Amino acid sequence: MLSKRIIPCLDIKDGRTVKGVNFIGLRDAGDPVDLAELYSKEGADELVFLDITATHEKRKTLLDLVTRVAERINIPFTVGGGISEIDDAYALLKAGADKISINSAAVKRPELINELNTHFGAQFVVVAIDAKKTEDGWKVFLRGGRDRTELNLFEWAKEVEERGAGEILFTSMNHDGTKSGFANEELARLSESLNIPIIASGGAGTMEHFKDTFIEGKSDAALAASIFHFKEISIPDLKGYLKQEKIPIRL
Amino acid sequence: MKIVLIDYGAGNVQSVKYALNRLGIEPSLTKDHNEIKSADKVIFPGVGSAKAAMEQLKASGLDELIPTLIQPVLGICVGMQLMCKYSEEGNVKCLGIIDSEVKKFKPGLKIPHMGWNNISDLKSPLFQGLPTEHQVYFVHSYYVPLNEYTIATTDYSNDFSAAIKKDNFYAVQFHAEKSGDIGEQILEKFLAL
Repeated sequence: MLSKRIIPCLDIKDGRTVKGVNFIGLRDAGDPVDLAELYSKEGADELVFLDITATHEKRKTLLDLVTRVAERINIPFTVGGGISEIDDAYALLKAGADKISINSAAVKRPELINELNTHFGAQFVVVAIDAKKTEDGWKVFLRGGRDRTELNLFEWAKEVEERGAGEILFTSMNHDGTKSGFANEELARLSESLNIPIIASGGAGTMEHFKDTFIEGKSDAALAASIFHFKEISIPDLKGYLKQEKIPIRL
Repeated sequence: MKIVLIDYGAGNVQSVKYALNRLGIEPSLTKDHNEIKSADKVIFPGVGSAKAAMEQLKASGLDELIPTLIQPVLGICVGMQLMCKYSEEGNVKCLGIIDSEVKKFKPGLKIPHMGWNNISDLKSPLFQGLPTEHQVYFVHSYYVPLNEYTIATTDYSNDFSAAIKKDNFYAVQFHAEKSGDIGEQILEKFLAL
């Protein structure tokens, strides 16, 4: 049986791992390659690296980091941040990334999803969607929640699938950083209406939250950052708990 | 021991290379026919679509060479699918080493089949000595049905071939190079054949 996946996310700035609370107030949580190896050994199923600086000058630093990660760890990993054209994706593929994640670039130019699919296949393309519940329903936000778009979360997710994404990483801005659980109602709706895997992100605080998102949220994978970085929950403990709760999981 | 990784423009060869490096092996990445023929072991990776990959193989004449190889060959992911005779992905004729078709998962399932899944009914030295809990990492939308060459089985709505073997040709649908320590053990077993 296909296992539910646990994915630590490493936010990267200038080659270091950071994680903010509600995306502001960054704290340093260590060296990305060391952390990646630790998570891999502890039983993480995949890793996500989000480069939150992603300025042009820093691109080389990121590619070097991706290569160092690919050399050392033996599980799949996704790299996101600052990818706006095929060449960016190709450089990351060559450096050793298994998948890339795009967010704003897909909203600005949705054809990019089709192009990435054609060049590299759906398995390489993760589309990250940040959304917030507003008076007008769930709207897609950009730049870490600073810019509101008029896109509806569910319509955009459908379009993303149709254009050829292999996976959707959905972050609820209402839940992110709150440690009060994932946006399970919306996740379940996404999961039931789409035929690609959905990764839940934003809101993990306890081990029960993971169980809930796999059952109520029907999520295929769950992503979290600070609770792993600051050792509030250890991956072996989490997986042991999920196994006990009869969630299909890799030990 | 000379290990060749076939580099024909349709594989994440880098990941496989790094996995071999972790095992202390420095493979040669090439599409040169003589170099491939003279290798002790050949690894044939592949990602992306079967049709695009077949076109790449044809462009370098590898579609003729690969079926004639006599040393152990390991196909990975699309590399395994290309060893079959035909793929529904782009309706393309493949290498025909294994007498099987490659089919698309049925509608209603989440595609790609992505993530860690069990392999069972293990029938090859490739899997000797694996621990009881052994999951490996899959990413694919097409599958090889069970057939007389199946040496490992995985269930995703229906049972399919997680690995196949015919004569000197071995192939795995999962990404052994990304399947943690288990994947590395399987690669080591192949290298020890």
